[in-house]
Amino acid sequence: MEHIAGRKSALTWAVHISAALLVILWSLPTLGLLVSSFRTADQIATSGWWDALFPQEQTLTLRTADAQAQRQIDGQYVIEGQLFEPGQTMTISAWGTSSNDIGANKPGDSVSLRDGGTLSVGADGAYRMTSDTAFTGARGQRVFVTANVPPSFSFENYRGILFEEGNVDGIAKAFYNTLTVTIPATIIPILVAAFAAYALAWMEFPGRSLIIAAVVALLVVPLQLALIPLLRLHNEIGIGKGYIGAWLAHTGFGMPMAIYLLRNYMAGLPRDIIENARVDGATEFEIFAKIILPLSYPALASFAIFQFLWTWNDLLVAMVFLIDSSGDTTVMTKHIVELLGTRGGNWEILASSAFVSIAIPLAVFFSMQRYLVRGMLAGSVK
Amino acid sequence: MHPALLGIVAIVVAVGACTAYFYLSNLLIDKVIFPARGIRAGRNINRANMIRPWLFLFPALFVLSVYLAYPVVATLWLSVTRRVGGGEEWAGLANYGQMLSEPKFWESIRNNMLWLVIVPAASTAFGLLAAQLTDRIRWGNIAKSLIFMPMAISFVGASVIWKLVYDARPEGTEQIGILNAVYLFFGGDTPQHWLTLPFWNNFFLMAVLIWIQTGFAMVILSAALRGIPEETIEAAIIDGANPLQVFFRIKAPQIMGTIVVVWTTITIIVLKIFDIVFAMTNGQWETQVLANYMYDKLFRANDWGVGSASAMVIMLLVTPILVWNVRNARKEMR
Repeated sequence: MEHIAGRKSALTWAVHISAALLVILWSLPTLGLLVSSFRTADQIATSGWWDALFPQEQTLTLRTADAQAQRQIDGQYVIEGQLFEPGQTMTISAWGTSSNDIGANKPGDSVSLRDGGTLSVGADGAYRMTSDTAFTGARGQRVFVTANVPPSFSFENYRGILFEEGNVDGIAKAFYNTLTVTIPATIIPILVAAFAAYALAWMEFPGRSLIIAAVVALLVVPLQLALIPLLRLHNEIGIGKGYIGAWLAHTGFGMPMAIYLLRNYMAGLPRDIIENARVDGATEFEIFAKIILPLSYPALASFAIFQFLWTWNDLLVAMVFLIDSSGDTTVMTKHIVELLGTRGGNWEILASSAFVSIAIPLAVFFSMQRYLVRGMLAGSVK
Repeated sequence: MHPALLGIVAIVVAVGACTAYFYLSNLLIDKVIFPARGIRAGRNINRANMIRPWLFLFPALFVLSVYLAYPVVATLWLSVTRRVGGGEEWAGLANYGQMLSEPKFWESIRNNMLWLVIVPAASTAFGLLAAQLTDRIRWGNIAKSLIFMPMAISFVGASVIWKLVYDARPEGTEQIGILNAVYLFFGGDTPQHWLTLPFWNNFFLMAVLIWIQTGFAMVILSAALRGIPEETIEAAIIDGANPLQVFFRIKAPQIMGTIVVVWTTITIIVLKIFDIVFAMTNGQWETQVLANYMYDKLFRANDWGVGSASAMVIMLLVTPILVWNVRNARKEMR
């Protein structure tokens, strides 16, 4: 039996490893952007994000203080200080003063400078420059250092795009606009759809199955067809481009899914409850409001999450029905597409902007995954 | 008015109006038009019950017909007319003729067909694989969450994520796109601009959608796999079936219905694919797809006729699935 047990464990290992590979493959792209969003433009452009997680050997060009900082000690002119800026902690492995040989000296070495005097640099970046004659020149001595830079991350990119006044790449306004589109566009369709779903699930009337069939059909109608006719309609009735148009459009496009999901769920509720209520003399409105609606909470939540993700992530509807030439009503997806055009190489802006727009859906996703899965299982047409 | 305030007002007005409409209209037929008392009480109750479903349905039907049914007809009409001054003039099939003569249209059709074949197949296959693997391990739920996560990310966000993956720096400098870094590590000679390689760039765009849709396929298929009766699998194992046989001969046939559902759902998403192409290449370097071609025609060239004609092509491609879905739904209701 031993070899069978052995084979089984090999299979288990294979499953674990393949699953791990799949998970890594699927989360790596997102992780890359997330890590990049915390790095400076320089860091992003000079090394891959996967290097950012480990200490990095980097070559830096730094300067000592200039001649004004010199002091006279025991008849010698001395400039002392720290090459790194406060807060930077690195370990120097080699340094040099000539661009031809940037790694000429070890930390602690003392070398004579071309203009006279000597310079020594310690591993921590502290330096001491001494000379018998006074230092001149407006700029300090150039020092090339090869240093081990620890991983460093900052919220600077996020601060820049979220809180900096007058930043043309700022995303704060687009964030509020997206929120303004999303919340009403999520709430409004629910009630309208819930009543219709109740009628389709629990009322007998001629034409009912025809309407259900129509809803299923409309479920897959591409919204591309709706763009021009509806934009024209909006212009004719005076809504034009704006939030009202976007809310209405999202309500319309989300309606088949809402009715379909809610009807399927409501139709599965126990018949007894509803018939007992009818016998007890409850009106249809009361049954709906006091029994059906509270019982359908899981389905309502599922749909709300779907609609929220869909409206938050939408680009096309916003571009067609909302964003006018002034650009005051731009939403985050459109803002990011524009950044891709104008700031294609500025990954620090792109990465942090993208993550601002991704953060809320991800939070909703991870906290309400259960409802999302349930809705998905109910919503895929069987 | 400040947009946020407008938003709150919109919610209050819409929810209030809905509630008021449903409440008052019910009150009206129950108490005023067909009161359930007097000599005609019985008939009145019946009549009220005949009308009530339509009261409940009216707002939804109204929205559905204005926002989805009417546009189908209107787009069909626009596709066979041309704009003259302020009005429209019958143009027959001229728009379709013009569309068919454009190389960009044929490029879109070719690419859409590629997308149609590859994305649903790959997403379903990966989803099935992921479902099989994650159902067997203890940390399966975490694995599922991470593979499912891209579902929550917008197509635009995903485009940014993948643009970084595909990024190319000049030869000799450090690569910051992981694909090029891996490519050079495994002996590639020069960094590639993946998104500008004609033909192959389509596959790099498809990867983004596959990445997003695999989670969906996994969730649905995993539920289906768990619904398979244990006995059938046990019986197969006792009869000496190996794991592959168990999967292909026992499990796969039992979840075929679900696989088809997943496949068609992703197919519909593929037919409407727009954001990814719009954000990543905007149809340049031979990556055009129908929905982006249509957007170009409608809003850049301002050519409503050809734009609507291409929208009708998308509609035409969706129709078989539409009919199939409707037939299934009707079958299920019986």
